Amino acid sequence: MANPNGIGASVRRREDARFLTGRGTYTDDISRPNQTHAVFVRSPYAHARIRGIDAGEAMTAPGVVAVLTGADMEADKVGSLPCGWQIHSKDGSPMKEPPHFPIARDRARYVGDAVAVVIAETREQARDAAELVMVDYEELPAAVTSVKALDGTAPLVHDDVAGNLCFDWHLGDAAAVDAAFAQAAHVAKLDLVNQRLIPNAMEPRAAVGEYDRATGEHTLTTTSQNPHVIRLLMGAFVLGIPEHKLRVVAPDVGGGFGSKIFHYGEEAVVTWAARKVGRPVKWTAERSESFLTDAHGRDHVSHAELALDKDGNFLALRVATIANMGAYLSTFAPSIPTYLYATLLAGQYKTPAIYAEVKAVFTNTAPVDAYRGAGRPEACYLIERLVEVAAAETGIDKAELRRRNFVPASAMPYQTPVALQYDTGDFAKNLDIALPMVDYAGFAARKAESARRGKLRGIGFATYIEACGIAPSNVAGALGARAGLYESAEVRFHPTGSVTVFTGSHSHGQGHETTFAQLVAERFGVPIENVEIVHGDTSKIPFGMGTYGSRSLAVGGSAIVKAMDKVERKAKKIAAHMLEAAETDIEVKDGRFVVAGTDKALSIGDIALQAYVPHNFPLDELEPGLDEQAFYDPKNFTYPNGCHVCEVEIDPETGVVEVVNFAAVDDFGRVINPLIVEGQVHGGLVQGIGQALYENCVYDEESGQLITGSYMDYCMPRADDVPSFAVQYHEDQPCTHNPLGVKGCGEAGTIGASAAVMNAVVHALSDLGVTHMDMPATPERVWQVIQRHSHAQAAE
Amino acid sequence: MPCTVSMTVNGKAVSREVEERTLLVTFLRDHLGMTGTHVGCDTSQCGACVVHVDGRSVKSCTILAAQADGAEITTIEGLAAADGTLHPMQAAFREHHGLQCGFCTPGMVMSAIDLVKDNPTPTEQDVREGLEGNICRCTGYHNIVKAVLAGAEAMNGGSVKAAAE
Repeated sequence: MANPNGIGASVRRREDARFLTGRGTYTDDISRPNQTHAVFVRSPYAHARIRGIDAGEAMTAPGVVAVLTGADMEADKVGSLPCGWQIHSKDGSPMKEPPHFPIARDRARYVGDAVAVVIAETREQARDAAELVMVDYEELPAAVTSVKALDGTAPLVHDDVAGNLCFDWHLGDAAAVDAAFAQAAHVAKLDLVNQRLIPNAMEPRAAVGEYDRATGEHTLTTTSQNPHVIRLLMGAFVLGIPEHKLRVVAPDVGGGFGSKIFHYGEEAVVTWAARKVGRPVKWTAERSESFLTDAHGRDHVSHAELALDKDGNFLALRVATIANMGAYLSTFAPSIPTYLYATLLAGQYKTPAIYAEVKAVFTNTAPVDAYRGAGRPEACYLIERLVEVAAAETGIDKAELRRRNFVPASAMPYQTPVALQYDTGDFAKNLDIALPMVDYAGFAARKAESARRGKLRGIGFATYIEACGIAPSNVAGALGARAGLYESAEVRFHPTGSVTVFTGSHSHGQGHETTFAQLVAERFGVPIENVEIVHGDTSKIPFGMGTYGSRSLAVGGSAIVKAMDKVERKAKKIAAHMLEAAETDIEVKDGRFVVAGTDKALSIGDIALQAYVPHNFPLDELEPGLDEQAFYDPKNFTYPNGCHVCEVEIDPETGVVEVVNFAAVDDFGRVINPLIVEGQVHGGLVQGIGQALYENCVYDEESGQLITGSYMDYCMPRADDVPSFAVQYHEDQPCTHNPLGVKGCGEAGTIGASAAVMNAVVHALSDLGVTHMDMPATPERVWQVIQRHSHAQAAE
Repeated sequence: MPCTVSMTVNGKAVSREVEERTLLVTFLRDHLGMTGTHVGCDTSQCGACVVHVDGRSVKSCTILAAQADGAEITTIEGLAAADGTLHPMQAAFREHHGLQCGFCTPGMVMSAIDLVKDNPTPTEQDVREGLEGNICRCTGYHNIVKAVLAGAEAMNGGSVKAAAE
């Protein structure tokens, strides 16, 4: 490695200096002169008609500046929050897309739906006054769970959406699947629930709206993973503000995990209200509000069947899933249980025929959208649980059954029966690395040792593949995306050789300020401290699609590479002129521009200075300056993949599941910063373990009240709930279609972990006759399962 | 009713007139403009707001500013030396990549320092149990635990050991 801070180095993070000293700037840290504070009045009912709102008393409360309602927004012609992806049903009809106003107008459709906003001098005054806003609700019956909402008798969430059905979609070849099932020697079947989760980034959502009367410019500072997307959606569809008069800034953002991709009503309200009251308006969610109103994740109910021949070869997979959309369509909600889910149902296997049906349903609950992994954990969980069931039923070792059905590395690129073309991957290699990491061969001895202590022990696998680096715009467009999914970058050399990189990606924990700077340090030999990465401000960055779907390095990094290519091309021309050589003779070696075969060389700093002080410069051929911009639109998705193995020990007396060993082997393609990549894996694994063992979003099935509305009720994994991890990766299957060979690492841990843990839990309980249990495997639920099966065994 | 509260924050005497219901964290963030201490929940669960009150870690969302009247408060902003040298625990978090989005970090570091004061040579399990009141959603705790163990060693007079590559 030529540069100690270049590609492959575990460079310590540059952003840490400010975060460790309390100098980060998160949205709630921002206070504007003369600012006001907004507090929302939210529906306490899951479903209610709003008969009237009396703000009289609230308006006279101390410090109140304004009380605004949906009617005020309607009078100002404020539009509906748009949905960014359109799905068509089997019959060709477009999905149902009822309006979603930032403040509800006639009906509240979930507990937490905003019905008014109070704006006051202080947050406390706004909060006090919000309690004085009298809303006359007529409570209506609610449709809460997805299955019941579809049963034909459920209350309608939207009057014009019959049966609460948003769409009824399918993918794959039903006839081929039916034919394969007819030939099957064995069929493994499974009903499973992928429970609803609440993302819970540690920073609650917040937004500050400002309006400059002098220029007519609006500014929104918000906790967003993609400020340009918010500018486009809010400006064009909700508030009617053209881009050149709307600046959206996403400063330091305290985690997202998908939940900060979406355009939320509060962002539009503070932006609109700032102009209305003539002062900045700031809103910060309380955690209870986050629980109620952040878009939730997952919430699938599925039936799956896998057909196998007598040798255990997979013949076909058939899946039917009901996906809960919540009360309204969040920004990317329809894409999650469709193109980010069913397209991954091949997994790592060469199953020749697959057919999936997905019904998406409206309910009187918070909107559901992408949460770390977004569709892919649901796919992985379903396949990997089903494979484990098939292994148990056929008696084939679960590692061997997987190996027998892997798409071999030699078959790459591989076209799946569900639309994707995998570029690279060596799935058997992942498994080969993982097995000794967990001493798979020694499991029986460990199980016997556990049994001597009265404990149950199990081991479970998950071999996952995901589609990341979202996405080729033409493909996404054909599948219903209403946006492009490229990324932009600008690489600006300054006269004295330092560099500012402007990226449309957004970092909210991923460490872009370090990783992206490593790309520049490697390419041009610039000291890393002379490279600044700028993100998160529409007034600075050319454009951006933001960070989600493990796309930042694969798409955003590739855009930086393209911009650096342009810089290098121009720098070569300048170097050729300065060194009086032919351009074709200029080589770039360790960041220096060298005349081939000579010791004549220039650094990029020498060239940058000449570019801005062009006294000796080919002005007839080139413009001064060294500042290049690029957009990169990926050619394909990237396909990170891996093998996760989990070993658990269960105390049958208490039902407590302890993860005693966890190994993750991942193929992320080329790795730029191993330290950061491993950190992403650790965090992802704990979110996956959280789903498997702890987390569960529960609504009361009748009233639609959120039961798990605080950290006292929703169990977040704590430090003493999880183990340390054995993490390995290999780099010999780089992505073939992006210039860095990278695949993405942000979601992998979450995608593999839930399935691995649950397979281990079920394996531990299998001696009792347990073949499946739904997540989360909390002590109480595990204990109940053990009791039920112990009694059943005793009765036999 | 407004009341006057006075305390020493990071070695500096401060005094403000505030509403009686003002929480210590609100006092620090909104009245003193010291935004390094964060608010991550409203039920005293997450620990993002941990500061030191008279040398002990306290969730600053859980006490009133008035209850800290006369106290010595240390926040994340007051840990590093005047010349910018990081506290050994801060340095250990950086070395071991014990933070990602940074939001839980101030509380995590403040809790970790108090943990090591109570138990200068903690085991991994001690650290995990000691940080039970601080939630991190990014790191999976793996590197936080490594950082706290390294920070403990450094606080005991060692130096922050480099992470294994």
